[in-house]
Amino acid sequence: MSARRVAVTGLGVLAPGGVGRKAFWSLLSEGRTATRGITFFDAGQFRSRVAAEIDFDPTECGLGAQEVRRMDRAAQLAVVAVREAVAASGLEFSELPAHRVGVTVGSAVGATMSLDEEYRVVSDGGRLDLVDHRYAVPHLYDYFVPSSFAAEVAWSVGAQGPCAVVSTGCTSGLDAVGHAVELIREGSADVMVAGATDAPISPITLACFDAIKATTPRNDDAEHASRPFDATRNGFVLGEGSAMFVLEELGAARRRGAHVYAEISGYASRCNAFHMTGLRPDGLEMAEAIRVALDEARVAPADVDYVNAHGSGTKQNDRHETAAFKRSLGEHAYRTPISSIKSMVGHSLGAIGSIEIAASVLAMEHHVVPPTANLHEPDPQCDLDYVPLTARDHRTDTVLTVGSGFGGFQTAMVLSRPDREDRP
Amino acid sequence: MTHAPSTTVAEPSTATAVVTGLGIAAPTGLGADAYWAATRAGQTGIARIERFDPDGYPARLAGQVGGFDVTEHLPNRLIPQTDRMTQLALTAADWALGDAGVDPAELAPFAMGVVTASSAGGFEFGQRELSRLWSRGSQHVSAYQSFAWFYAVNSGQISIRHGMKGPSGVVVSDQAGGLDALAHARRQLRRGTRLVVSGSVDASICPWGWVAYLAGGGLATDDDPRRAYLPFDADAHGYVPGEGGAILIVEDAAHARDRGASVYGEVAGYGASFDPRPGSGREPALRAAIEAALADAGTAPAEVDVVFADAAGDPEHDAAEATALVEVFGPGGVPVTAPKSMTGRLNSGAAPLDVATALLAMRDGVIPPTINVRPDPAHRLDLAVGAARETPVRTALVVARGRGGFNSALVLRAPR
Repeated sequence: MSARRVAVTGLGVLAPGGVGRKAFWSLLSEGRTATRGITFFDAGQFRSRVAAEIDFDPTECGLGAQEVRRMDRAAQLAVVAVREAVAASGLEFSELPAHRVGVTVGSAVGATMSLDEEYRVVSDGGRLDLVDHRYAVPHLYDYFVPSSFAAEVAWSVGAQGPCAVVSTGCTSGLDAVGHAVELIREGSADVMVAGATDAPISPITLACFDAIKATTPRNDDAEHASRPFDATRNGFVLGEGSAMFVLEELGAARRRGAHVYAEISGYASRCNAFHMTGLRPDGLEMAEAIRVALDEARVAPADVDYVNAHGSGTKQNDRHETAAFKRSLGEHAYRTPISSIKSMVGHSLGAIGSIEIAASVLAMEHHVVPPTANLHEPDPQCDLDYVPLTARDHRTDTVLTVGSGFGGFQTAMVLSRPDREDRP
Repeated sequence: MTHAPSTTVAEPSTATAVVTGLGIAAPTGLGADAYWAATRAGQTGIARIERFDPDGYPARLAGQVGGFDVTEHLPNRLIPQTDRMTQLALTAADWALGDAGVDPAELAPFAMGVVTASSAGGFEFGQRELSRLWSRGSQHVSAYQSFAWFYAVNSGQISIRHGMKGPSGVVVSDQAGGLDALAHARRQLRRGTRLVVSGSVDASICPWGWVAYLAGGGLATDDDPRRAYLPFDADAHGYVPGEGGAILIVEDAAHARDRGASVYGEVAGYGASFDPRPGSGREPALRAAIEAALADAGTAPAEVDVVFADAAGDPEHDAAEATALVEVFGPGGVPVTAPKSMTGRLNSGAAPLDVATALLAMRDGVIPPTINVRPDPAHRLDLAVGAARETPVRTALVVARGRGGFNSALVLRAPR
C-alpha cells in the first residue's frame, strides 16, 4: 500500500488587520502591522497595554444571534474561518460520508474571554468565594471544557469522524494540524477540517503575562511594539485569531481536480523537558523536531526555501530559535530567508501556529516571503536573514514552519509543493 | 551540518502498544492496590462535598479523592506552581513509572513522550487567580497562572519531571479525551517512540468548577449517595461529578519485552466518532466508534468478555448507549459494568481509570460491580450488579462519551 499523503485544499483566516485570507495576505505582503493600544477594555492597570485585535463583527460575518450568544469569541472566529476554508476547497461537505470527515481545533487557552467575564459576574467582582450559580449563563460548561470548539466546527460542516481539541500551549496551531495529518495518513479519516483559534485578549491573560514580563511594555509605540529578532525587543504582543484548513488525502484531492495549495509533508514535535516557560539557549529539542520533520518530508536542509519562524520577540525565544536553525539546517540557515509574522499580527497563542501555516501556504502561492516588520537594529546573537521590513520575491516551493511554547513543546512542520517530484 | 541527536524516524508500523504501569488517584482509593480493593468490594467514593461548603448549591455530592497530602509526594518547589489536578497527575505518574519498573534516567530522552487529556485545566488554581485579579488587581496575579491552569500543563510538568523529550500531546474532548490520549500514545509508538506516559487526571471540585458543572445541567441533586447516580436504572436521573483518574505507561511491546517488564495488557483497538448535531434527527454515532475499535483490534463482538460503559446516568444517554451495545453484542450479549457508579464521572480522568480497572480485571479474573443500580430491563443489558463476578477476562471494551457528541471506544486484550 502506498503511503497516504495530505493536501491542503482550502484555507480561511481571521487575523488582526482584516477578515479573510486576502486581507491577511495584503497586510503581510505590505509589511504593515496590526498591533495597537488595547481597545477591548480599560487596560490602564496593566504593564503591557498593547495587543493585536481583530475588528470582528460576528453578525456581519454571518453568525446568527444564538450562535453569537452561545459561542466564545474563539469559537466564533473558528467557525467563520471554517466557512472561508470550505468555500475555498470547493468540496461539497453534505455529499461526503460524514464518518470519514474529522475535526481538530488547536487552542492554548480555550474560552478565556468568556470565563474571565463569567467569573467576574458569578463572583460579583471577585467578592464571593462561593460563587453564585444563579448568575451563570447556561453555556458556561462549554467555556469550562473547550472541546466545545471542536463540536461547533463539527456541527458547522456535518463531520462525524474523529473530533478533538488539541491543546499544547503555543504550538497548538501546528499540533492540531499535525494531528489531523496523522489521522488522514493512518486512514482514520479522508477529510479533516483542522486549524486553530484563540481569543485571549482579556484581563486575566494580560495579568498572567505581566507577572512574568513576557509581553512588551512598549505602550507608547504600539504600532511597532512587536520586534522579533531586533536588539530592542522586550517581549511579545498578545494577539488573537483563527486559521482553519480543509485537508484531504492527496490522491482524492487530485482526482476531483481540487486546487492543492500545498502538501503537508513533514511534522514532528518534541519537548525540552526543561522548564514550563524557560528555554535553554542551545535549541536542541527544536532542532530535533526540525530534523525529524524534514526527514519525514524527504527534504534536505538545503532545499528549504523559507523558514516561518516562531519569532515571538522575547529575548530568549529568538536566540533559542536562531540556535535551533543553525543546529538543524547548518550553513543553509544563513542562506534561507526566515521571518516572523508575529511582528505584524502579534502572538495569538494556540492559534498562531495555524495562522503561520496559512502565511506559509500563501507565500508558496505567491512566491513572496513575508517580512519581519520593525526589524531595524539586528541583535548580534540573531545573525540570520530575517527579511527585515519588506516582503521579498522569492521562489518558494518548500517551507519550514516552527513553534515553541510553554510546557516546553517544540514543533516543526514542512509544507511542500506536491508536484515537485513530477517536475524534471 | 551540526551534530543531530540520534533518534530514528520509524516508518509507520503496527507496533503493539502494551500497558506496563498503572498510577491511580481515585475517590475510591489512592494507588492501584487501595483502589482495586475498594472497587472489587463495591465501596462508594461519592459523598457530600468537603472541599467547600456546598449548602448554597442545588447539588452537593461529588467523588472526592480523600487523604491526599501533596507534601508527602512532591518536592516543595512544585507545590505552589501546580493545581490539584497536576499534583494528583504527577503523583500518579510517579506511581505508574514505579509500577512499570521504569527509571526514565536510564532511557533515551527522545524515546519517551507524554500524551495526556484534559478537560478544564487547573480550574481551582484559576479561580484563586481570577479572584485576586478582580478583587485586588492585576499585580496580585501569580506568576504561575500563565501555565498552572492551561490544558497542556500536565503533559509539560510530567515531561519536565522525568526528562521526557519525545513526541508529546494534549487532547481535549470532554469525557472521551482519556481514550483519545491513549490512542494518540499508541500512534506515537507506531512512529518510533518507545514509551509514552498517558492517561489523564482531572480535578475541578471547587466553587467555580461547581458552577460550571451546574450550568451544564444533569447533576443529581440528591443528598443520599446511594440514590444519586444510577446509570441504566429505571430511576436514572442525573450524574455526580468526581475528581481523579489514572496515568498509564504505554510501551512498545518489543521494548517492554527487552527490558523484562510485566505487561497488563495490550491497547488493541480504538475508534472515535462524533454525533450529528442535536435535533438533526440523525442516528447517534456511538455504534460506529465501537465497531471501528473492534475492527481495529481484529476482535469479533463474541470475543469481548466485558464492557466498561460510559454510563451517563440520564435516561436519554443511557438508552443511546444500551441501544448501541445491544446492536453490536445482542441483548444481554456481554457483561456490562460501570465502576463509575462508585467514583462519579471524572471528566477526562474517567476513561483512563476505566482502562486501568479493565486491566486489573484481566489480571485477577474479576468483573467489578456497578453499585446502587437496579437495571432497567428495557435496556436489555447484562449489567454486573451485586457482588463482583469472578470470570476470566481476556478482552475488554471501554466506552467513553463527551458532551457535545464525542464518542470513543478502546479495546484491551490480555497479554498473550
